[in-house]
This record gives sequence, structure tokens and C-alpha cells, in this order.
Amino acid sequence: MTYPAHLSYTKEHEWISVEGSTATVGITKYAIEQLGDVVHIDLPKMGASFKAGDTFGTIESTKTVSDLFMPVAGVVTHVNAELANAPELIADDPHAKYWLCKVTVSTAVTGLMSATEYEKYIAEDANH
Amino acid sequence: MRASGILNSHQVPFAAEASSASLKRTPLNAEHRALGARMVDFGGWDMPVQYSGVVDEHRAVRTAVGLFDVSHMGEILVSGRGALDFLQHMTTNDISKTIIGQAQYGAFCTPQGTIIDDIIVYRKGLDSFFICVNASNADKDFAWLQKNIPTSGVVLENLSDDYAQIALQGPKARELLAQVVDIKINDLKYYHFSEGKVFGTPAIIARTGYTGELGYELYIPAASAPGIWQGLLKNGAQFGIKPCGLGARDTLRLEMGYLLYGNDMDDARTALECGLGWVTKFDKGNFIGSEALKTQKQLGISNKLVGFEMVDRAIGRHGYPIFSSATASVPMGVVTSGSPGPSVGKNVGMAYVSEEHSRLGQEIWIEIRSERKLAKVVKKPFYTQGTAQS
Repeated sequence: MTYPAHLSYTKEHEWISVEGSTATVGITKYAIEQLGDVVHIDLPKMGASFKAGDTFGTIESTKTVSDLFMPVAGVVTHVNAELANAPELIADDPHAKYWLCKVTVSTAVTGLMSATEYEKYIAEDANH
Repeated sequence: MRASGILNSHQVPFAAEASSASLKRTPLNAEHRALGARMVDFGGWDMPVQYSGVVDEHRAVRTAVGLFDVSHMGEILVSGRGALDFLQHMTTNDISKTIIGQAQYGAFCTPQGTIIDDIIVYRKGLDSFFICVNASNADKDFAWLQKNIPTSGVVLENLSDDYAQIALQGPKARELLAQVVDIKINDLKYYHFSEGKVFGTPAIIARTGYTGELGYELYIPAASAPGIWQGLLKNGAQFGIKPCGLGARDTLRLEMGYLLYGNDMDDARTALECGLGWVTKFDKGNFIGSEALKTQKQLGISNKLVGFEMVDRAIGRHGYPIFSSATASVPMGVVTSGSPGPSVGKNVGMAYVSEEHSRLGQEIWIEIRSERKLAKVVKKPFYTQGTAQS
């Protein structure tokens, strides 16, 4: 699996892409594979404000509930409403079509991994 | 993303990926790894939680056939003169009503009437009983039996390490098994068993299960398990067999409203509170817990286990508190099991609620990460199309 080079990645398996003052946030294919069947996603409310590292929602598989972490401080401007009705779709295209939310950012994004670094990170995780 | 609480049971959670060498392994451990199963620590056992995926495996059992390794379950043999009387005293159900070759569900209770374990008793002879107990309770159960055993006559044997157990469950299970056993499988009735051979190996072939589908549980010598497992997968290919993990086992049993020890019942809840009144037989005479249960039956129970389905889009899971309204300040109940029901198309669960909120159709509010979500009390089982008795 090759991860898109234009995205930045967190250790908790979120990805982020920034264009101007808008950041799009999602979770990675690896995270989806670890979860198994995604059966429910809780996304934040529009206008909600988060600090970097805050929990902004949850994603549930049949057996697990996992927190979603905001990679950057920002205010939510969009959520991917399609996922509320059909959360299982996320597995089809987690890196593009099925982003989770968009936020307005005011600070630079720092401390994240490149695609190459993330691939190395999950390879180690898988061998753990 | 980080797991914030991985949910199956507070006592035996599907914890982190299994990596510890200290975990107990079933004789089929290498088979699971070869099949690429995801392994987890399940109550100290290194067990497969899924292979192809929980929902995929769940559907295979409802529509075709699934193969489960449940060798972690314990087996205790109680035999010798007085074995029947002893077990009548130790369990809630009336074992004298069984015939040789019949199985019966029941429970061991404390003197307070709370549940030590739920069990299946297989009657092998007039005074010979093979008991299947929960994995995490096997040692506790054996010690409890030993503590109460009469001074002579009854012999107890913990055979948990000697036996592997494979469950073959699904509408195609009979057709598949017919090819590989030496008994008349078509004549074996629900909750009956026969001692025969599977692929030439001696086995207890029982028509029991935990899925609601037509199915069998095979108790086989531990050393023969890999060969029988591989043989069933090979012969089952034409029927669409899939290896299934504990994840699917849990969604299948939940759809049937079957209880899971450690989740839905434990030694803090009585047999009546958790809905085991149907296997609690007062007319057989006294048994451990019977006085307390009779008293509770006369006084009435204040909490009971009910089924619920979510009305709001959410999943009520083990441990989530339940309120009588969106604003009530004190919880009146707690969820014991909950997940999506793949074959019912709803998010369902079981919960203890106060008696006055236990009627069918009653609205209840489940608090999920600080938000109250609406659910309603519904009848169990959630899934009513099962083939278990067909």
C-alpha cells in the first residue's frame, strides 16, 4: 500500500491536507484495516473548536470504539455528512472522497509524518 | 485514532493485539495464524477475533456454515454413584428430566442465587455427566464442585486440557457433517448428542450451539483438532464454509438474546434477574441458591435484563448507563451487551433496567460519551429466522 504523498500523517492514523487556511482531516486505510467493519462514526458539530490533539469524534467497528484526534488546532467548517448515514463507505476511499471534516486553521501544521515516514511507521506497528 | 475502550466484556475484554507468550493457546492456534486471523487476548487466551471480517463471518453462519474454535471452553466430567443427586443440588435446572444422550442448559448458583456460571450438561449415563463450562470460569467451577462433593461415590474430572471443541454452525452444517461422521446425523435432535467418530476420531457430537442456527459442537481429543479443523474446512468449501472468530460468535449470540457470562450475568445478579427463570426449577427440590431465589420470586425483582434496540443512530455498549428520560440525573440501568445486529439491521443490545422501565416498547435513554441517545425495550430474540431447531 502506498500512501498519498500530499497528505501528512499522525501516529494515531489521522491524515491532514492543508490548502490555504482550510485543512481536510481523515483517517488512513491502515486504521480502517485495523478496525474491520466500520459501523458508526460520530463527527463534530459545525463551528466546534479544537486544539491540536483534542478528540473530535469516534469511529466504531462491530467490536471497538476508537477516538479520533485532531492533528491541528481549528474550527470545524464542514463534516462529511454521507458518512453519518453510511459509515461503512469510508473503507472504499478513506484518503480522498471520505474525509471526515474540514477545519479552518490559524497555525502552521507541525510534527506530522510524511507518507514515506508513515509507511515505515505502520510497517513497524504491524510487526510489533 | 486510538481505541478508547474495546468492548466485549469488562472481565474478558478483546484487549490489545495478542503478543504475550504467556497467553494460553488452543490446539488450533497455528491454524488460526496460518489463516491470517487477527488474534486477541480473550480472558488470558490467544484467540481469533476475526478472519475475513465480523460481518462476513456472521452472514456465512446465517446463510451457509461457519467453523469456530471454542477449545478454550472448559469440560468437567461428573460421574459415579450419586452424580445425578449431586448435580441436582449444584444446578438450577432439573437434570432428572433428561435422558441419556440429551443436553440441558442450566447454571451453578451461589447460596444467594447469583450466577457462578452458565453450563450445558450432557447426560452420558444414568450417573455420568459431561459439563461444558465457560473458559474463564472452568477452574472456579471445578473448585466449587469439589468443595461441595459428597464424601464418597462421585468422581470429578477436569478434562479441559484433554478436549478441543469445534463448533460447526449454519444451515449447511448437517449436510457437511453427514459426509464425515459415522452416526446418523439426520436423526440427531436439537439439544441431543451422540458419541461417534469424526474423520475416524472419537468425538462427542452434540447438536448444540450459540448462534441460533442449525449446528453442532464437536468435543474431540486435543491432539486430533488440527486434522479435523482442516478436514472440515476442506469438505466445507463446497458449502461456502468460513472460519469464524469470537467477534462473529458475539454478534450471532447477541441477535439471539443468548447471555454471555461476564457481560450479561455474573455473581452479582441472580438467575431471576438475568432471565434464567426458565431453567430454574423449584419443584425438583432444594439446590444451592433455591431458598434465596424463591424469596426473590415472592418479593418480586427490582431489576431485570431486557433487550433493546436503538432508535437514535448510535450503539449502546457494555457498561453505558441508562436513564429513564433525557434529563434524569440518576441512572436506572446499565447496558450489558450491545452492537450492530448484522442480520436484524439494527443496533441492538441487552441491559439491566428497573422493573418499572422493563415493559416492551418502553423508551430508555442510553448515555454514550456524555450524550443521551434514545432506545426502546424490545422482545428477545432480535433475530427470529434461525434454523437451530429445523
